[in-house]
Amino acid sequence: MVQTQNSYKNLVTKKTDNPPILLNCMKAFVVGGFICVIGQALSYFYMYFFDFTEKTVGNPTVATLIFFTMLLTGFGFYDRIAQFAGAGTAVPVTGFGNAVISAAIEHRTEGYVQGVGGNMFKLAGSVILFGVFSAFVLALIKTILNLWGN
Amino acid sequence: MLNGNQTWIFSNKPTIISTGVVGGPFEKAGKIKADFDYFFDDQWCNETSFEKAHTALIEKASDFAVSKASIAHSDINFFLHGDLINQITPSSFAAKKLNIPYLGLFSACATSMEGLAIGAMLINSESANYVMTGAASHNSAVEKQFRYPTEYGSQKPNTSQWTATGAGLAILSKNGKGPKITSATIGKVIDYDLHDPFHMGAAMAPAAADTISTHLKERNIKPSDYDLIITGDLAYYGRELCLSLLEEMNISIPQEKFLDCGLELYSSSQPTMAGGSGSACSALVTYGHFINKIKNKELNKILVVATGALLSPLTVQQKQSIPCIAHAVSIENGEV
Repeated sequence: MVQTQNSYKNLVTKKTDNPPILLNCMKAFVVGGFICVIGQALSYFYMYFFDFTEKTVGNPTVATLIFFTMLLTGFGFYDRIAQFAGAGTAVPVTGFGNAVISAAIEHRTEGYVQGVGGNMFKLAGSVILFGVFSAFVLALIKTILNLWGN
Repeated sequence: MLNGNQTWIFSNKPTIISTGVVGGPFEKAGKIKADFDYFFDDQWCNETSFEKAHTALIEKASDFAVSKASIAHSDINFFLHGDLINQITPSSFAAKKLNIPYLGLFSACATSMEGLAIGAMLINSESANYVMTGAASHNSAVEKQFRYPTEYGSQKPNTSQWTATGAGLAILSKNGKGPKITSATIGKVIDYDLHDPFHMGAAMAPAAADTISTHLKERNIKPSDYDLIITGDLAYYGRELCLSLLEEMNISIPQEKFLDCGLELYSSSQPTMAGGSGSACSALVTYGHFINKIKNKELNKILVVATGALLSPLTVQQKQSIPCIAHAVSIENGEV
């Protein structure tokens, strides 16, 4: 049986087209880069017209990008762009926004507390958990190195 | 009558006296638009949730099936139905409204032919006068349960498939005009240790090949005895793999005689990736498209092999392989 399974797995690999990795990377680079350009433009906008500095401009920029993501997700365009862009729309902060917003929309039929509240972070929750945890580990390493250096 | 170990021969020839086939807007843009009775204009089907819309699809299809058969809902003895949602609630909730004695079924996307086989068995053994059977699925409700939120931006691979929105029902009777059900083969659960839930065609192909070869062997017939052998939702890659497996078993079926419902439902310009899927897929294409072709005498004998992947999101996350099943039912032109 194992032999049959293995020979079938080989057949599956042979008959399945490989994903176009190079093309996908290029699409992701262009779309992801474009989102970053918009982000940079927003940063300059807030720094030029409002009272933000290079250090504080991150917050309004991210908030604006997530606001646009919310519109694109709600009107059903974000998933179509993502099918083309792949990692290009998943990696920037817009991808994080989309993960939260799409889950919130999806579960609103189950109520605001258990539906929206309980499921909003079902995709993005692990990003937060491991993001915070890896920041903690890095901070710990940095602190130890500093102590050791002194 | 049992023939071999897992094949039933129906000597009383249960008849499909009518069908009800209902789809959504994406199906309306598909390849076999003319074979549907009704399309809902949006995914919500005038309801407030995808799950309620799923139930509405089944109810609408039953209205068409019953009125086309010129009988009342109360004339139907048993309702055999299934879908993909947890605890098959859309089917059960539809059965509540229809008020017909009900057997809930689950063989994932092979449910349509499980229902047709059991329904034919009930009619053949004179245990029922009328049986209504079918299967349904709803793209957004299924995506929500098995994959990601519908608006989540993930890039689907070429091998993934598009879950059909719709419900396909057939009413079976002992007498009457229509295509006859002549035999059925109940499949075994086959697992070739595949793990990719975005490549279900590959997981299901061995189950289809096993059921087809068993059916041919137990009925002692050749593939050429059928005008067409039609699989449920193997889609592009699964169909190719199934043909290769059958060839290894020394069963050769010409390309043009081996079709797949997942490749018949949608047009090539639609973004379905490898093709259609979902428990409605085989029900819609069989009860709509192919039953019409048999009635028009374009086809005489077909074998429908619905294929189902018996996984759940939990088994995928626990890194278990994907067990699959296929049930085959042969349908013939009644008027010779």
